[in-house]
Order: sequence, then structure tokens, then C-alpha cells
Amino acid sequence: MNGKTFELSMRSRYFKQRLFFGAVRLSALVITLALLGILAYILANGFRAITWEFLTQPPTDSMTKGGIMPAIVGTLYLTVGAILVALPLGVASAIFLTEYAKQGALSRIIRIGVNCLAGVPSVVFGLFGLGFFVVFLKFGSSILAGALTLGILILPTIIGAAEEAIKAVPQTFREASLALGVSKWNTIFRIVLPSALPGILTGAILGVGRAAGETAPIMFTAAAFFTAALPKSIFDEVMALPYHIYVLATAGTHIEETRPLQYGTVLVLIALVLGIDLIAIVMRSMFRRNKRW
Amino acid sequence: MNTVKNRKNILTKRMKEIAIRNLFGLFAFLSVMLLGLILVFLFREGLPLFKQISVTDFLFGTAWYPTYAPPEYGIWPLIVGSLAVTFFACLIAVPLGLLSAVYIAEIAPARIKEILKSVIELLAGLPSVVLGFFGMVIVGPWLQETFDLPTGLNIVNAAVMLAIMAVPTISSISEDALYAVPREFKEASYALGATRYETIIRVIIPAALSGISTAVILGMARAIGETMVVLMVAGGAAAIPESIFDAVRPMTASIAAEMGEAPFRSGHYHALFATGIVLFVITLAFNLIADYISNRFRETGSGTL
Amino acid sequence: MRKLFQQLILSGFCLAIGAGAAFAENIVIKGSTTVLPVAQAALEAYMKANPGANISLSGGGSGEGIKALIDGSTDIANSSREIKSAEVELAKSKGVEPKEIAVAIDAIVPIVNPKNRVKDLTVDQISQIYQGKITNWKEVGGDDLQIVVISRDSSSGTFEAWAEMVLNKAKVTPKAQLQASNGAIVQAISKNRYAIGYIGFGYINKTVKPLTVNGVAASAKTALSKEFPVSRHLYMYTNGEPKGETAKFIKFVLSSEGQKLVAKEGFVPLAADKKGKK
Repeated sequence: MNGKTFELSMRSRYFKQRLFFGAVRLSALVITLALLGILAYILANGFRAITWEFLTQPPTDSMTKGGIMPAIVGTLYLTVGAILVALPLGVASAIFLTEYAKQGALSRIIRIGVNCLAGVPSVVFGLFGLGFFVVFLKFGSSILAGALTLGILILPTIIGAAEEAIKAVPQTFREASLALGVSKWNTIFRIVLPSALPGILTGAILGVGRAAGETAPIMFTAAAFFTAALPKSIFDEVMALPYHIYVLATAGTHIEETRPLQYGTVLVLIALVLGIDLIAIVMRSMFRRNKRW
Repeated sequence: MNTVKNRKNILTKRMKEIAIRNLFGLFAFLSVMLLGLILVFLFREGLPLFKQISVTDFLFGTAWYPTYAPPEYGIWPLIVGSLAVTFFACLIAVPLGLLSAVYIAEIAPARIKEILKSVIELLAGLPSVVLGFFGMVIVGPWLQETFDLPTGLNIVNAAVMLAIMAVPTISSISEDALYAVPREFKEASYALGATRYETIIRVIIPAALSGISTAVILGMARAIGETMVVLMVAGGAAAIPESIFDAVRPMTASIAAEMGEAPFRSGHYHALFATGIVLFVITLAFNLIADYISNRFRETGSGTL
Repeated sequence: MRKLFQQLILSGFCLAIGAGAAFAENIVIKGSTTVLPVAQAALEAYMKANPGANISLSGGGSGEGIKALIDGSTDIANSSREIKSAEVELAKSKGVEPKEIAVAIDAIVPIVNPKNRVKDLTVDQISQIYQGKITNWKEVGGDDLQIVVISRDSSSGTFEAWAEMVLNKAKVTPKAQLQASNGAIVQAISKNRYAIGYIGFGYINKTVKPLTVNGVAASAKTALSKEFPVSRHLYMYTNGEPKGETAKFIKFVLSSEGQKLVAKEGFVPLAADKKGKK
């Protein structure tokens, strides 16, 4: 083709490129605005509710006044319980998958199983928790049942993060250890695990963030609308932040009047979860940068 | 050195190793067993429903009146509700997710890339109840006022909020897929005189198609399995929708709303577990398909000779 | 570092479990969202007088409360409807004897948005609206607007009572929007000028407009005399005669102090009923 046609076609090609890049940048912008918009709205409407009283007092006057302290405590107990369940189980599974059975049918079955577990909807976990822990094992609606259900929910997250962390430990570490006559188990326990610890911790933190924000699994396994006192045993029901938001907004007795408190609770929950996630993100980039081996 | 003692030592050491290996294997297997347990439980509590009603009547029946006498357990409106919100959510989320993945993988400067990746990760961390709250309290009334609708809690509302939840999944998996495309493909394309846009559209995306399909399918699975958002914003009407401004009742919302009141082992209880089975099977199918695609069509080797 | 962490957690949980062995008596209350404000107000007052008690309260609907009573996961089931005979049978088959205790009287009032012109409806009109047979407000004297039907989930006692007294057990149109509680219906109606809903008398506030039914307005008087066609009792059910802390709490609810709280929350106290009968 002659010079002019070439120029024209180049112009139209670059025009298409500009359009496309514009669309691409626009979508990135839309996503960022969505996040910022939601955060800004919640912050604007909720910060007025955040007082020391709000964070440390239980609700009073049919929840129109007072605070959300029992919900914060309840969420704390539930997430700690969940991690206690998921971390040992998850790290052990990850160790098995990476150190003892790298290939083969068994490891494939386990991997498929873990992947599928990751895809189970949260309400199905709730159904399972209700049928199995609450009724079948007779734990009743309790911290125990809720923590176990949440623990299973975050198990795939822990396994994934632990696996990645353990795989990232250089093979040379293991070889050096074995060459010095250390047994396989001791190699894992004293060399590999400590090196993988930051990654595992990051995964644990992300799991905690996930467990803290889930509602459906605890709706019928642990959560109560109002507990007059803090839980005294693991067989008690608790209030929890996500459930509190849900009931105040849909099933509460004074929905309009408690609206500022709802915003405040949402703000606390977001601050908690996003704070946890940010810590994990920062930790992860710190350890990636510092790894010089 | 006493060789007999040595041999005994080595033997016990071996046994200890094997014991530990088996112990860990047990733990790992436990994770799979949990999945199996959930399945067993779902089926155990859900199958008895089919003594009362046939599978086709359950799946395709259009009346969901579980507490009337006689009760009716047709979940077709619920299934349609789930599919409707998922479809429209993906309509929004797939372009957004894919384009942002392209941006991160190919176009964005390094610092913006880091920021955007963090934004998407934070978006992924937003609890679903928060998005449900936002949809119910802010998006709903806005929709109602702007379009003069009978209600702001409908498919559109649910689709938008679900899209926000699905975008991070679609974006990050697509991003990994785009990264995995060998550099030689890009270089060959540029060498032939293609613009960056043409390279992306005609070379990179097709090469990453299996990973992108995986991303979309997993995004869909995420949307269809989401509970709190649809519980709070989809409206709750167990009827087949006629417009996107109609309220629907996806399966997840129905289970969550009715779970507490069905007496243990009553017909309603079995119906809810049966709905759970349907939900589980659908999400399982999505996950297995995604798994299959990503394993089968994985790009092996590089583009060079 | 990891060991220290582990030890802390372990001891924390041992404390929790150990303390569990010596906890004060527990009351679990679940059920109706209509009774919820009464239960909560009574709970707060009771806790002030008895700080040792450990009570947890949940909503979810009368159906949930009764189911929890049958399953043994609650001590008191709040209910805004009578227990069904099928439920009584199921309970007995599990060794549970439901004991019915009336705690207040309530009226279920149809409400619309304050912008709606309609002021009164007959029971028949309401029934037809809820079945989906009347679909436009102009058919009942209002503006030419689509009627949006708002109802409650099947777990709701308010719903069951409404279905029985107004609809005569006919089916609610599947297009009805379902809300999770009385409070949620108030919220929905206050924002939606097309909508109609129904709530317990105690939930009426300035943001919604109560309708008269068959020309009768809902009030403490008309609810008691049953002149208002949709009135009912509110109940607390227990397994057998209430014992221990549960008995003390129920006694408190039935006492004059408790009944004052009932009135404060907008419902009709029982004592007035006794006076009326005399």
C-alpha cells in the first residue's frame, strides 16, 4: 500500500488503541471509585457513632443507645476459635501436600477436595454447622459450634497460603539439613517451618479477616440478637459484629433510630477487616522484599 | 560403635518418620473428609424430601409455599432468581474484571499497578453483610427514587452488589492467566508490526483464554453462592421475575431466611437441605469445570523453537 | 515466640471452659420479632434487678422460636401466634411439653405510606390485595398506582396470624416482597408509596399510616374487645412448667412492672384484659 493509505490505517489502529486503553483505564477507575465510595459513605455516616462508649459498652434501651462491646468480644472469640481449628489442621495438610506426597493420586484427590471446599457457599456451611455441630453433636448454638463452622470455612485459605509459603522455602535449605544428617521431620520442623512462618502468618491473618466478616455460617450456629452478659463458657451464644449489622438493619425493633449505630457497627467491622487485610498485605510485601536468599 | 544399637536406632527413626508422615497424611485427608462429610450430611438430610415429592416437581415446580398445608416445594423460581442475579452480575463484573486485569498486567505503570492490586484485594476483603447493608440502605432507595420503582430491592441492586464481590476474583485470576502468556508471543506480535492494543486483543487474550474462562466461571460460582447480599437486597419474592426491576429470591437467600424456623427433620427442613444440595451441586460443577479447563489447556512450554 | 503464643491461647480457652462449669443459670429466649421489644425491655429491666443472670435473646420469627423449643435449644419461645397442633405433636414426640403463657395482647394493623390517600379497607379487600387479585390502588379508592404487597417470611407468627384472620389461609401472591421483621416492614413502607404491609400494633410510628379495618381503628380498647378484627394474644412458650431462672423471668414479665413495659412498647397489657372481663 502507498504511504497515505498506510498512514490512515495506522491512525485508525491507534484510535482503536486509545479507545481500548481508555476503556481499560475507566474500568480501573470504576473499581477504585466503588471501593472509595463505599468506604467514604460508611465513614461519613458512621464516624459520629464511634465513641469510647460505643466500643466498650453493651447496647441499652432496645439498642438505640449504648455500644457494641459484646459484639466485638463475640467476634473476637469466634475468630480466635476458628483459627485455633484451622491453623493446625491447615498447616499439617499443607506440610503433607508439599513435603510428603508431592505427586500421585492421593495428593490430587486432596487438592481437588480442598479446591471444592473453597467453593462451597457460606450458607451451605451454615446448614452443615447447624445440622452437625449444633444438633447432631449437641453443642447447641454456641461459640464452639460457630468457631468450628468458621474454622472449616477458612481452612482452604490457610492451606493455600501455607502451601505457598512452604514451597517458597528454597530446596537448598532442605538439602543442606539432610546432608548434615537431620531427619526429615526435624528438617521440616526446625528449618522449613520457621522459614515459612511469615507466609503462614500472613495466610492466618487473611483467614482471620475472612472469618470475622462472615454472617451466614454463624447465623444459626452461634449468634444471638442480644446477650445480657458476656459469654461465660464456650457453650454460650454470643453477639457478633456482622450478625449485629444484619439484625439491626433488618430485624431490629427500632430500625430507623438505630441507623447511626448500624453505620457505626459497619465502620467498626470494616476497620477491623480491612485493617487486618492491610496488615497482611504489608507483611507480605515486606517479607518479599527482605527475602534475600 | 555398636552396630546392633545403630541398626535399632535407625529402625526406630524410620518408624517415627513413617508415623509422622501418616499422621500428616491423616490431617490432610481430614480436610477432604470434611468435604465428604458436608456432602453426606446434605444428602442425608435432604434426600428424605424426595419421598414426599419427585425430583422434577421439586426442581421445576413453580410454587414455593413450604409452610402451608399441604406444603408446596417447587424451587424453580428460586433457581431462576439465583441464575438471574448471577447472570446480570457477571454482565457487569466480567468486563470490569477482565479490563482491569489487562490494565494491571499490560498497561499500568508499576506504582499504579501496586495500588490497584491493593484496591482489588481490599475490595475482596469487604464482608458481604457490609455490601448488603450498603445495597439496602443506599442503592435501594436511590434506585427507587431515580426510576420511580415500586421497590429498590431487586435484581439490579443485587447484580451490582454481587458484581462488586465477583470483580476481585475475576480480576486476579485473569491477571495470573495474562502473566502466564510467554513473552515470545508478545515479542513476535510486536515484531510483526502490531500495536499494543492489537497484541493484547489478538494474541495475549486468546492465549490466556483458558485462564480467563476459569476466572469467569469462578466469579460466577462466587456470585451464585453469595448469601448475605442477596438476602438483604434481592427483595425476597419467590416468583419468576418479569423485569430486571422485579424482586427475586435466590436459593441462598431462601435457605438463610428459612433455616431457623424449620423444625428438625420436618418436610420444610428436608426441603431446605435439598435446596442446599442443588446449590452445592451447581457450585461444585462450576468449580470442577474451572479446574478441568485450567488443567487441560494449560500452556506448556514457551513459544520459542 | 510461637510457644508463648500457643500457651496464652490455650490458657485462655481453659479458663473459658473451666468457667463454664461454674456459670450462673442461663436463659435462652428465641422467637417472634413482635414480642422481641417486650422481651428486650423486660430483659434489660430484669438484668438491672438481677445482675447475675445470663440471658440471651434472639429474634427470627415465632416459627423459629417454637422450633427451637422443640429441638431443645431454647428455654423460652416467644410467639405471636398459637402453637400449631402439628407442632404440639412433634414436640410431644420429642418429649417436650409446650406450656402456653400469654404475656400481652396485640393487634395486627395494615399500614400504608403516609402519601397514600386510602384510609380504610375491608377485610375482604385486604385479603384480595394479598392474594394478588386487586392490583391497583384505584380499585380501592386510591390513586392509579400499582400495589406493592409486602408480607413476612413464613417463620413469622404475625404472618401466620394474618394469614388466618384476614386471608383465611389463602395463599399470598408469590410477588409479595418478604421482609424479615415488623421493623423491616415499617422501614419498607415508610419509603414506598406504592406499598401495603402489616405490623404489630406496637410498631406503629409517625413514618407510616395505619389503616382502619372495616371502619374500626386499632387501639388498646378495640383490640381487647375484639372489635378490631385482627387482634391476638402474644405468648411465651416453655417446656413444661417454667422452672428456676426461667420462671423468675416470666413472673417478672407478668408482674405489673413487666406489664408496664408491655404498654410502654405499645402493646396491650394483660391486666387490662382482666379488668375488661370483669
